[in-house]
Amino acid sequence: MLRIAFAILWSALISVVTVPAIAQTAPDRSATGGAQTLSDILARQEQLKIDDSFRRDNVGDPDLAKPTTEQLGTLGGASDPDIWRALRYDTANVRVSAGGDVAATLVQDGGMAWLAFRDGPLRTYGGWLLLGTLGALIVFYLLRGRIGVDGEITGRTVTRFKSIERFAHWMLAGSFILLGITGLFVLFGRVGILPLLGHEFNSVLLIGSKWVHNNVSWAFMLALGMILVMWAGHNIPNKTDLTWIKQFGGIIGSKHPPAKKFNAGQKVIFWSVILFGGSIAVSGVSLLFPYELPLMAKTFAFLNTTGLPEMVGLGVLPTDLAAQEEMQLTQAWHAIMAFVLMAIVIAHIYIGSVGMEGAYDAMGSGEVDEAWAHQHHSIWLEEEKAKSAAQQPAE
Amino acid sequence: MKVMLAGFAAIAIIAVAADFVLDEIGFASAERQSGANVRLEDGH
Repeated sequence: MLRIAFAILWSALISVVTVPAIAQTAPDRSATGGAQTLSDILARQEQLKIDDSFRRDNVGDPDLAKPTTEQLGTLGGASDPDIWRALRYDTANVRVSAGGDVAATLVQDGGMAWLAFRDGPLRTYGGWLLLGTLGALIVFYLLRGRIGVDGEITGRTVTRFKSIERFAHWMLAGSFILLGITGLFVLFGRVGILPLLGHEFNSVLLIGSKWVHNNVSWAFMLALGMILVMWAGHNIPNKTDLTWIKQFGGIIGSKHPPAKKFNAGQKVIFWSVILFGGSIAVSGVSLLFPYELPLMAKTFAFLNTTGLPEMVGLGVLPTDLAAQEEMQLTQAWHAIMAFVLMAIVIAHIYIGSVGMEGAYDAMGSGEVDEAWAHQHHSIWLEEEKAKSAAQQPAE
Repeated sequence: MKVMLAGFAAIAIIAVAADFVLDEIGFASAERQSGANVRLEDGH
């Protein structure tokens, strides 16, 4: 589902960046002998999409080469312009002794679309998403204040999370924050840090960020797997979630809906972390081993079999991608998913710290007061009490 | 608090170990993009 969403999003962005309109009629090129005309050049300058098959496919034909005994016969079936066109459209038969498919691609114009996306919409919308989330939380805090514990603190505590659960949580949290910050440095360093602190500083910072980003990723993936195994069972939606949602989780208003170990809001956070984090991890591994684990052509091929891209007007998605284009699309997807998850996690950090009294203790010491537990996870508290009562020896 | 610090320490240990292991098994990007005709070692 995420990849389908990405395919739609990517195509829309590309169309915004590069293809404002489509030229409908094929121009008469007889005056130039079939080569580009002035109107072709003007159309390209206006970023109109033109049918370039007259150039793309005009790459000569070895079978039409004249015998070598004839005039110019030794030149073969492709002229120099034919060969340059083949290089420009990455269809030339290039052989290299090192570097594989990547090195055999000499011109890769998909890089411009990626660059325009990364320098434009990704920075703009991604940056505003994070700032907007922070702003919304500040406004919410000013309006709602800190959610307190109703009634007296009992002084009796109950174990909310075991050590191994807290260990995995903090490993995931710490690694995600490091990955988020270093990812933002890499994306915004050139426009945000370099002008302020200079080339030397930016260079050292980004080289360090790259090391941290590449190597901390494994801790993130390990912790993601740990919380999936430990908490997935507790996060399966059930009927109590409907009540929780109807009462806005007690966040708005004064009611305290019953909940098990995790309430509906926490389940949304959990599955967001698993789905978005999982997608970030998969695309991240693809980027960690450049060109070795390409994902996008396979994903697009699968989407094409569903007919979905055509249904939403995107046509057939390209499945013959240059190795570089695979990495460009993967990087774009990785960043989009990361921005969405960062916004969600900022909200999670807010509610787990300044937003709610007593919430931090659950992950800090692992022990929460019974009054807090009763207010936020009443069904879970009753279950825990019943369990400990059953373990007590009969008097 | 101790568990939190243990989680953070694990991140550092895993990061250093990952860097070492990937380097040892030849996953440096320069080596992956190289070929038999390119000598990267010994300052060549």
